[in-house]
Parts: sequence; structure tokens; C-alpha cells
Amino acid sequence: MNLAPAPFFLQDASVGKVMRQVCLALLPGIAAYVWLIGPAILLQLLIASLAALLAEAVMLRARGKPLGLFLADGSAIVTAWLIALSFPPLAPWWLVATGAVFAIVIAKHLYGGLGQNPFNPAMVAFAACIVAFPALMSQWPHLGLAPGEQFAIILGLAPRLDALTGATPLDALKTGLTLGGDGVDQLLAKREIYGQIAGRGWEWVAAGYLLGGLWLWRRRIIAWQAPLAFIGTLAAIAGILWLHDPVHFANPLFHLFSGSAMLGAFFIVTDPVSGCATPRGRLIFGAGAGLLAYIIRVFGGYPDGIAFAVLLMNLCAPLIDRLCQPSVFGLRDRKKDGA
Amino acid sequence: MLMNLFKFKGGVKPPTHKAESVALPIAAAPLSPRLIVPLHQSIGGTPRPVVAVGDNVLKGQLIGEADGWISAAIHAPTSGAVVAIAPYVQPHPSGLDALCVVIEPDGEDRWIERRPFDHAAVSPDEVRRYLQQSGVVGLGGAVFPTHGKLTPARHVAMDEVVINGAECEPFITCDDVLMRERAADILRGCALFRDLLQAKKVLIGIEDNKPEAAAAMRAAVAALGEDFAVVEVPTLYPTGGAKQLIRVLTGKEVPASKRSTELGVQCFNVATAYTAWRAVAHGEPVVSRLVTVAGNVETPRNYDTPIGTPMADLLALAGPLPDTDGIVMGGPMMGFLVPDAKAPVVKASNCLIAHSPRLFPPKAPEMPCIRCTACAQVCPHELQPFELYWFARAHNFGKTQEYALFDCIECGCCAYVCPSRIPLVHYFRFAKSEIWAREREKTAADAARARYEFKQAREERDKAEKAGRLARAAVQSATPAAPSTPLPPRGGGAGGEGEVDRSQAHSSTSPSPRPSPARGEGEHEQPASPQISAEAASPPLLTPAPSSPDPRDCRKSPATPLPPRGGGAGGEGAAASETAAGSSIALATAASRAGVMGNAPFFDEPPPLPNPSPARGEGLQERGSSLLRQPPRGEGVHEQPASPQISAETPVQAGIAPTSDEAAQAAKMSTIQAAMARAAARRAEAAAPPTDEKPT
Repeated sequence: MNLAPAPFFLQDASVGKVMRQVCLALLPGIAAYVWLIGPAILLQLLIASLAALLAEAVMLRARGKPLGLFLADGSAIVTAWLIALSFPPLAPWWLVATGAVFAIVIAKHLYGGLGQNPFNPAMVAFAACIVAFPALMSQWPHLGLAPGEQFAIILGLAPRLDALTGATPLDALKTGLTLGGDGVDQLLAKREIYGQIAGRGWEWVAAGYLLGGLWLWRRRIIAWQAPLAFIGTLAAIAGILWLHDPVHFANPLFHLFSGSAMLGAFFIVTDPVSGCATPRGRLIFGAGAGLLAYIIRVFGGYPDGIAFAVLLMNLCAPLIDRLCQPSVFGLRDRKKDGA
Repeated sequence: MLMNLFKFKGGVKPPTHKAESVALPIAAAPLSPRLIVPLHQSIGGTPRPVVAVGDNVLKGQLIGEADGWISAAIHAPTSGAVVAIAPYVQPHPSGLDALCVVIEPDGEDRWIERRPFDHAAVSPDEVRRYLQQSGVVGLGGAVFPTHGKLTPARHVAMDEVVINGAECEPFITCDDVLMRERAADILRGCALFRDLLQAKKVLIGIEDNKPEAAAAMRAAVAALGEDFAVVEVPTLYPTGGAKQLIRVLTGKEVPASKRSTELGVQCFNVATAYTAWRAVAHGEPVVSRLVTVAGNVETPRNYDTPIGTPMADLLALAGPLPDTDGIVMGGPMMGFLVPDAKAPVVKASNCLIAHSPRLFPPKAPEMPCIRCTACAQVCPHELQPFELYWFARAHNFGKTQEYALFDCIECGCCAYVCPSRIPLVHYFRFAKSEIWAREREKTAADAARARYEFKQAREERDKAEKAGRLARAAVQSATPAAPSTPLPPRGGGAGGEGEVDRSQAHSSTSPSPRPSPARGEGEHEQPASPQISAEAASPPLLTPAPSSPDPRDCRKSPATPLPPRGGGAGGEGAAASETAAGSSIALATAASRAGVMGNAPFFDEPPPLPNPSPARGEGLQERGSSLLRQPPRGEGVHEQPASPQISAETPVQAGIAPTSDEAAQAAKMSTIQAAMARAAARRAEAAAPPTDEKPT
């Protein structure tokens, strides 16, 4: 006889459903990506997904877990998509695949699989690849390459010409400022790189992520605390420095719509497994990630700082959560016990 | 009635399924050929049978006498002959048996002489005693003896009596139809409660999906000329939990460590008020209750059902559909599958749901927690269920208590929303029972240590005496015998001198405590969750508790060593129901199976010796003491109060060399008694603050 414990009926929810909604929320960003940057991203998404699923299957088999159940949960796909979206669009296929495999095998399964990873797998992959292949990870395409060319470059069928690729808009600004001479305003006026707010084209991709993120929030898949704190802190510190010295520091909007800021705000710092789970903890987590991201991307040596910022905050998440336990019904003054 | 309502955080809105069973009025369930009346139907002591096999009883005749203050009498549900007093299967997930009085109805349904009780003419204490003797218990499902909740806190004025007509669990409508059809008697019962508690206000909370009930209650309030407030509260599970309803109506938050009377509020179910009034005004003890029969049946309906009616008989009235494969007692959120359809309807049975795979599809396999915090968002007690789950799985029970495990009311909201399909409440019950088991072990170990120390003291004294005798012999002097070394002042210490050898034999084997009840617990839990994936299930559910308790663990966990507590003193309503009806009896019965039965009186000891223990932190006062609220009568069924006999034998004269085995046994028992007394005293220390209910 069925002796399952109560409750006897459950809300229609599953890990797979959560993950599918996250993927769905990425679609506006992906659509803008395809439209403005090029269809190459679709190939990258495919490569990353296949590599991640394969790695997942192998690891599940090795760990003796039910394949069907865990492959269907969609978590590997989310990781793969985040990798593909944060890697350079014309990165060679093996680089994306390596990132996906690394994320699934090292960052996820070696720590115990779904729900157990202390670090965001996609960000681990990004960090590993940018350290191992700094040159490839910094080549971003000029806009306007034909789709065929893009696919050929990814698959290694065409030579990777430096002429075809350049720096990210963020990197270009940093390099420009380092070279001296032009101020931020002059640099941002270069229309071949920059659009109205940030990188040409990229700003709309970021807007797509923003849209998807707001939808996730409406669906209560993500909580508002971490994204808001992240965006708020990033904007605040960028704003302060910009007001202080507008010649050498870009405005807050530029920072919000550059690099992986929007992707990070809604899809990375909201990762439930590796992030904070308490409301106040999420505020601190998001704020910390925003602050670190700004510092790294502006003062550090890497083109973008989201990955390292998130990983550093992942380190702190358990402690933050521990210190931010919300009070319990009827025990409002209990917080000070350090529970 | 315009009133400022408060909110509690969390909650869920499952489909209510209530309309089906309110279409028809209350029907009287016919008498079954045999009524099986369990003696233990409330929180607290198991009533003692006062009838014998072969006796003829009348409807309403006392058949089980309350055992202790927190215990309520049991009465014959109809007239007939007592054909057996024996263990029968219980409506309880464990499937264990408990002592029942089996009555074969004579069909006449003849009442005892029913005399109204003039409650205005006697002292409140006598009214409370009368309610106890009438078997009035919380009918929301928690079955806490009602008289025990009718004493105001000493230093806090009673502001409100909250009457719980929220009935938030899906399917259940017995309170709804009761309010529709018998509102006046409910309200008179409320007035009785108000008078006993000297409360200023009576607030009747009814979820706004029951407008007919609210209207009926309002009309009755107007007819009676009372100033009760009938308040429609938003429909949100678990508003019917006592603590949630108190919060919604008064804004007060009752933590697990406090009684609601300490905050000047007390909560009763509408059906409880109704039965209390029937008892007082009509001399009718509680021999029946309204039971919703719903789910996979042709005609869902509410039946006025004699206690002891086999569930299968009751379910048959509603016409269960062919694919029915079980009966859920209680609602779908907190109820449980009864192990045997022959199990009787008891006072806690507010609802029977015919179970079918179509109605309740099998759950998807359990996945790992992804910390999405959906559970935390719906927890009405603002706990962090995912953290509790984590710690419970890791057997880190100290941490579970730090994260307020015992504030969990097991309402099931967390499990309801969990995308990973984790039976979270199941894990929390597991953690709670483990903590209780460990506390029991610790108490047993304390007793063993005391025995050991006592034995050592005796040996030393013996040695000294022997040396003295030898010295005397050697010196050949005429001086009087050397005084024997006095025993260390042990409470009740009456260890005879002569029995040393025998009791040594006992002591040397005794330091290991009784078999761990945790094992029995684990055995229960396991079959209850077949869907739990192998990996998930194995660590917490199958591992027996360590047989020798780790002292550090004991020190860490501030819980008190009591048998399971119920939904809390205020626990009426659906939210409290399973806590009380399910886990508490579950644990007790599980414990009894594992052989702790004999220990049960152990926890009953009134606290004779204060013995502050440094091992207990202040956490105890805060959280652990909640456990103490439930008076710790052994729930065991076969258990006889062993301690009185033992203490009767206690005064074994020191210095008299007992020659019989009984004397040695008695002396040994007295030693153990002393150790137990100390352990009890230590608990009593912790128990001291909440003294709402009278100690037994």
C-alpha cells in the first residue's frame, strides 16, 4: 500500500519546470543576440548544451544516479546556456565545450551534483577558461560578419583573423583610457563599437536579459533582493566615481548594460544553489557581487569582473546566510542569539 | 463586523474540495455491529478501563477513567455489552495496536441518566473537572484535553478567546456544517469557555470560503444577544492552525516555547465548544463526532459518527468508488493513510478521505534540494525548511534546534511547494523523534551513572567496614564497633547494606541504557516513504540511532527528554492536528514497541529534587521547554503506572539484611528511583516556567 507521507497532493512544481522557466527567460536576450550580433550564438548554445549533457550523463553514470531523472531536470542546460552566453560569441567550439564539461564535471559533480555545488558552475567555467585561454576569451567579433563566416570561425574552418575580432566594449574603453588622451566621452562616441548606452548591439542583449529577469521575478522563480542589490551597488559606485571624474569613469548606465552585468544580475547572482538563501543574505550577496564586479572590471586586469565577483561571493555565501537568519514566528528578538 | 486583521507570512492555497461534502446536511451514521473504542484518544495519560468483559454499558457510561490531569475520560458510544478489552489496530500511521474497549451494541442506544450540570453554581475548577470527566477534548484534531486549556495564566489577563472555525484543510467540512446547523450550542459553549477563562472578548474566525457558516453564526450571535465577533478571515492554508488564527485575529504570535494564555489568548475549535456545551447543558459526554467522508466516494457527506465505528463501515455509507485504495484520516495536507480500514473513528478523526491514485497521484521521485527557498517563502512560522532538511539529513540535530525545529507545526506547506518533491515534514518528524529518543537515552544513561556511583559508594563503605572489623579483631579491644561510613546523601537513598552483592550483580550490567527507541522509530519511518530515492532515504531513515549516546550530542541538544509533544497546548485546528494525532502517538507507540514502555512512568515523576544541570543551556527555556508543555504521561497503552508500586516498596530499612530476592530488588529499584528522581528534577527545572496546566 502507498504509505507516502502527507501532503497527499502537491503543487505542480518540479526542478525541471524551474529550469525550463529560466531558459525561457533567457530567450529575449538570445533573440537580441541573434538579431544584433549574429546567429553564431545558436551554434554555441547547441555545442555547450550537447557537451554539458554528455558530461552530465557520464558523471551520473559514474555516480550511479538515475540518468533519465537527472538529465530531465534541465540544470545542465541552464549551465550550458549561461556559459555560451558569457563566452565570446566566436570562441572556437572546443573552448565552449571545454567550459561546459569543466562546469559540469569539476564544478558540479565533483562537489556532489545538483544542489551541492558551492560555486556557480558557469562562472567557474568562465574563470577557468579566461585564465587558461586569455587571448581566445578576449576576442569579440566586430559586428556585421556574415553568418557563414561566424560558423566557420567557431568550427575552426576559417582562420581566426585578428582583423575580424576585437576587444569587448568594456575592454576597449579600458584600453582607450589607459592609452591616455581621449576621455570617456570621446571613446564612447566611436560608433563602430558603442551604441546609445553601451556596446553597440550588446546593450540590447542586456536589455533582453533585463526583460527575462523581470519575468522570472514576476513568476517568483527569483527573489528581488540579489538582483536589485547587485544593480543598485554597481550603479551606485559607478555613479559616484562618474560624478567625481566623468572624464575617466563611464556612467552607471554604461556599466549596467555592458559585459555580463544584466545576465549576472538576473541569472547568476540569483543562482539558488551557490548564492544566499536568506532575504538579507541576498541583499548582501548582490551588493558584494556588484561592488567586486565594478572593481575588477574597472581596476582589474580582466575585461569583465562578474565571474570573479560571483565566485568570491559564493565563498562568503554560507557565512552570510548564517549571520542573516530571519527571525522566526513568535521569536522576533531571537536574532541576536546568532542562530 | 469591521475588524483589523493581521497576516501571517507564508501559507499556500491548495484546491479546497469543500463544496462536494456540504451539499447534504449532517446524517447520523448507523451503529456498527461492533464499536471499538480506544482508551487513549487524547493527548496525555491513557484512561484506565473501568469496565470488564461481559459488563453491560449504557450510552455515555464511563468506560475509561482519566489518568492524571492531562487526560480525558472515555465513554461508551452506545448501549450494549463489553465483549473485549484488548489491543486493536489504531488509526495511526504506525499500524500499531492499542488497548480498546469493544462494545457490541444492543441496538437500543439507551443513554445513561443525563443530568444537566449547573456550571454557574460551582467553582470553575469543578467545571473543569466535569469537562474532563465528560471526555471533552480538542476536536480540531489535536485532541488536547480541553479542561487543561481553560485555566488562565496567573499573571496575564485573558484578552481574547479565539474560536476556530477556519477549517483550512482541503476536503474537511465537519466544522462548516456544524456551524451551519448547530450554531447556537457552539456559541453557548464559547460563552462557557469565556467565563472560565474570564476573557474579555470572543473572536470567532471563519475562512471566507464558508459564508453560510459565518451567516449562521452571526444570526445565532444576534439571537443569543452575545457580543461575540464573527470574523471572516482570508482563505489561506494554514489559517486554521491555532497559532495562525490567533495571529490573524489578534496580532499575537505564540512561539513554541510559550502557552497562548501567557499572551492572554486561548483558542478552541468550534466542535470542542459544541461538545463542551452538550456535556454541560445536556449531560452528554463526548461519544460521537462529526466526520467528513469525502474524496473518492459517490456522495461525500458529514456523518455524526459514534466513536469506535470502524472506518470501513463509515466509508461504505458514502459509497467509495471501485479504485479506492486507502483511507486518509485528516486532510490531505496533514493527514495520514490509516494502515487498516478496520481502525475505529476516534475523537481526532475529523475527516476520512477515500484515497485513490487518481485523486492523489503518486509523487514524483525526490530530487536533491536546490535551495530555491520556495519552502521558506510559504512557511507560516518563517522557518528555513531547506536548512532544517539539510541538518536533519546530516543528523546534525543540534543545528536543527538552533534553526527552531520545534517551532515547526508540520503543516506541510513546504512539502506542498517543493519543486524537488522532498517530503520535508517527514524529515522534520524524523529529527524531532531522534532528538526525543536521544534525550530519553541520556536520561537513562544518567540513571545508570547514578546507579554506578551509588554502587561505588557502597563498596567503599563495605571496604571500610571490613577494615574496621579486621582492626577490631586484631586489637581485640572492647571499644564499640566502628561507625559505618555514611552513604552519600542520595535522594530517596535507601540502599540496604545487606543487598550489596545482589545489587552489585545488577549494577554491573546496568550502565547501558535501554534499547534505543530510535530504532523502532526508524523502522516505522522507512516504509512510510517508498518514493524517497535510495540515496536520500538511507542516511536519515534507516540508520538506527547510536546505541550509546554521545555525551556531546546530548549536551548540545537542549530539548527535554519527553515523549512527543502534541500540536501544543493551544493546538486545535488542522495545523495542529497531525502534530498531535500523528506524531505524538506515533512516537509513543514506536517507543513502546522498542521496549521503552516500562520507562514511560519515568517521565511522569513529579519533580522531587531540584538539581540544576550545567549541561542545559538557556536554549532550553526558550525552545526546549515547549516540549514540556505536554504533560508527559506515558502514551503507552499497556503501560501500568509502575512508579507508585516501586515507591511503595522503597522504604527498605538500611541495615537490615534482606534475604529475599524481592527485598534486594526493591532496594535496587529505590536506588534507580533516586536517580530517576534527579533526572526528573532536572527536567522539571526546565519545565518550570510554563505552568498553565496543572502538573499531574
